[in-house]
Formats: sequence, C-alpha cells, structure tokens
Amino acid sequence: MDTGDTAFILVSSAMVLLMTPGLALFYGGMVRKKNVLGTFMHSWIAIGLISLQWILIGFTLAFGTDHHGLIGGLDWLGLNGVGMDPNTDYAATIPAIVFMGFQMMFAVITPALISGAVAERMRFPAFILFMLLWATFVYDPVAHWVWGVGGFLRNLGALDFAGGNVVHISSGYSALVAALVLGKRKGLGKESMAPHHLPMTVLGAGLLWFGWFGFNAGSALGANGLAGMVFVNTNTAAAAAAIAWAFVERIHRGKTTMLGVASGAISGLVAITPACGFVTPLSSIVIGLVGGLVCYIAISVMKAKFGYDDALDAFGCHGIGGTWGALATGIFATKTINSAGADGLIYGNMSQLGIQATSVLITVVFAVVATFVILKVIGLFTRLRVNEEQEANGLDLSLHGETAYSEFI
Amino acid sequence: MKKIEAIIRPGKLDNVKDALGAHGVNGLTVTQVIGCGKQKGNTQVYRGVEYTIHLIPKVKIEVVVIDSDVDKVIEVITQVARTGEIGDGKIFVSSVDNVYTIRTGASGELAL
Repeated sequence: MDTGDTAFILVSSAMVLLMTPGLALFYGGMVRKKNVLGTFMHSWIAIGLISLQWILIGFTLAFGTDHHGLIGGLDWLGLNGVGMDPNTDYAATIPAIVFMGFQMMFAVITPALISGAVAERMRFPAFILFMLLWATFVYDPVAHWVWGVGGFLRNLGALDFAGGNVVHISSGYSALVAALVLGKRKGLGKESMAPHHLPMTVLGAGLLWFGWFGFNAGSALGANGLAGMVFVNTNTAAAAAAIAWAFVERIHRGKTTMLGVASGAISGLVAITPACGFVTPLSSIVIGLVGGLVCYIAISVMKAKFGYDDALDAFGCHGIGGTWGALATGIFATKTINSAGADGLIYGNMSQLGIQATSVLITVVFAVVATFVILKVIGLFTRLRVNEEQEANGLDLSLHGETAYSEFI
Repeated sequence: MKKIEAIIRPGKLDNVKDALGAHGVNGLTVTQVIGCGKQKGNTQVYRGVEYTIHLIPKVKIEVVVIDSDVDKVIEVITQVARTGEIGDGKIFVSSVDNVYTIRTGASGELAL
C-alpha cells in the first residue's frame, strides 16, 4: 500500500468524473438552443445511473473472477468484499475500493459519449434504458476482455493503456449504430443545425483535456515515472492533433475555426488513449497529427458522403480516432517506455499490429451487434424517438419542461 | 406626431444614439432584430459543414417625434448610419394617433 499512489488515484478519479460534465458542455454547445438541457441531461443522468450500476453489478462483471475469458463473476456483487485492502491482481499499492472508484468514472463517461450521436431526437425513457443495458451488456464485458485478469483480449496480448478499445471504440461504433437506428434529425440539410454556443463547447473541450490527464496518467495506477510519461504523451498528442486540424481545415476550407481546434484536440486525446503508456513523446506527435487528420476527414468528408446523422460526431471522433489509436499502439509501442507492454511495428515486431487489429475488429463487431439488438429490444417496449412536434419544439421543453434561455426578461 | 423606425447596422447604434441625443432626441426604443433585404447572408462552416445564414442581425431604433422634427431626425440617422454599402438599412415613417406618459397621465405632444 502506498499513500502517494492512493492520493494520486483519488485525485485522478475526480478529474475523470469532471470529464462527464465537461462532455455535457462540449456537446451542449453544439446543439440548437432548444435542445441544450436535453443534451446536458444525457451526460448528467449517465453519472447518476452508471455510478449505481457500477457499484451494484458493473464492477464485478468487469473485474470479478473470470469466466471463460468473457465475463467477470458475481463475487463482488454490490461491492461485497471490495474494501480498503489492495487487490494485487489489479493495483497492489492502492485500496481495492479506490481502484473500483477510478474505474467507475470510466464506466460513467463511456455510454455518455454515445449520446452525441443521438442528440436532439431520442426519447428520455428510451435513453435511460439504453444507458443501463449498454453499460451492462457492452461496456462491462469489453472492459473484462481487455483489462480483467483472464480476459481473452488481454491474454491475446492486445495493448490498451487507458481505454481505446474499452471506451472509445466500443462507444464510437455503438454511436454510429444508434445514429442509424434512430434516423436523421428532422430538417437535416434544409434547416440550420449550426451550434448555438461555441464558447460552451470550447470550455467543455478544455475540461475534457484537463480531465484526460487523470484518465490517462491515472491509468498508470501509481504516482510514478510511467504516469509522468503518460501525462506528457497525452498533452503532446492533443497539441499535435489541434494543430493538424487547424492546418487541414485552413487548406480545405480557407479558415481555421475555434470549433476545429477544440475538435482536433479531442481527436488527439482519443487517439493517444490506448497508446499513452507504451510510446515515446515523439511518437505521440505522429499519433496526434494523424489522429487530427483522420478525424477531420471522417467528420467533414465521410459523414456527408454516407449521409448518416451522427449529430455531434461521436463516431467520427471516438470511433475513428479510437481505431487509429489502437492501431498506432501496434506501430509505435516500445518496451523502453513500458516493459510490461510490447514492441510495435517500427521496433521490429510485426505481430503486435495484427493483435491490435484483431482486438479492434472483435470489439467493433461485438459493439455493433450488441447495440443494434439492445435498441431493437428497447423499441419493442417503448418508442426510441420523440414525435415530430416534440422535435420541433425542442427536447428541453417537450421532454424536461424547462428551457435554457428565457426569451423574454 | 410621427413614429420613425430605423433598421440599421448593429455597429452604428451608439453613433446614432449619440447623434440623436445631440439633436435633442433623448427618448428611443432599441430592439435586436434579424431580417433580409438586398444584403445577402453569410456562410459559416462548422466541422466542415456549411451553413448559409440568410437572416442578418440588425438593430431597430424606434423614436416618436413632433411632425416638424421628422426631417431633422431622418437626416441625422441617414448621415450617421450610412456607409454606402448594401446593408445600411431602412427608415420607415408613420403617423401616431396619440401618446400617453404612464407616470403623469400627460398626453399628446406634451407627453413626448
């Protein structure tokens, strides 16, 4: 047990929690002003729901005793036996309850990320059911596969330092499926869907960047040199991706936008997440630059070409950026940074990239199929989408009975 | 009595207000409005998606004056709010039947 490590992970947990309200601001600024509270709500209700789900069943499904590499057992149901002593399987120097709390914040933000794809049109009861079912049947198993002792992707040798597979790929591709199942927002392409408050979005992006240090560096699970390396890699990739987006946007559209720089930074943070504990700061520059570029192409070119309404680019940012990050880990990883990791392609190990690609593919297929089934099952019991009148009036008023901005006085 | 409604560029509001004040017109009402005319909208790009904004923000000033002041007020507004480019705005003049001051109950030109 180490008090320094424990203090660091407690602070990191609080920083990761702050990312979800940050996400609310990031997404909330990008919707029309009639939907800003409904969009905030998606993130805030996730904090409430998943905090409880995680304590009751999520943590044990993800980290409990392994069953066939696929799922954790129910031995820690309701945190039974998760106490103040360390669990040496996961983090030998911090109390098990602190490890659980740190992981809880990841479980909270991941389903909230999906809300960007369904913004401005999903019914609230359907959203709540989706959060609970998705967390239980998608997040918890994938977290077990990648991070749980005995998890089959972990045994395969897949590297995912802070959640490229578990958080970004799983939520990103699920977001695409959810956007397709729900259909486009009414009036897309005819009415203006321009963001209503970009300073709010930029503030949210800043909070996400700040919280990401807890997310990534905290994943070292100790206040040590690796955490410091991760911290620098995280910042480097975000910086490089912001610059990449600014540059490519200027070439493509003639102007660099603030939304673009903020979006670029988030893309870089997504891309570095799986790699941050295995690569050098110089590799992080490349991971960030390419991350900003591929996410720009996905969001500004690919989305329009295929015509899906991923309203706030949950797929374009987390699905695409996460995929690049997972593959980049197989390219740039080096044992000189983390002896517990592996060498990647440029360090002469061809096989790691294949392992990374396999783990991406498995996660994508599972997330896509499971999300589709979950939404169809929810659809049997309740409508997924608001009606036309509710959509026209905005979710704030029609679903929550409140408005963000008074029109008069 | 006449009501003069002037739709002007938002950036000209302070200049027009000061100029009217200098000519003894101190009571006015200002509203933020959007509208369109000969001036075309602008194009904004968010994450590579283009939006054309057709309705442009303007400021509307309303002032009610006695008939003999109308020409002076119009001249002041025209002079100060004019840039010579499309989008300078419009001035509408209409008759006002009566005016009341809520506090004193005064009416007619005395209430102005």
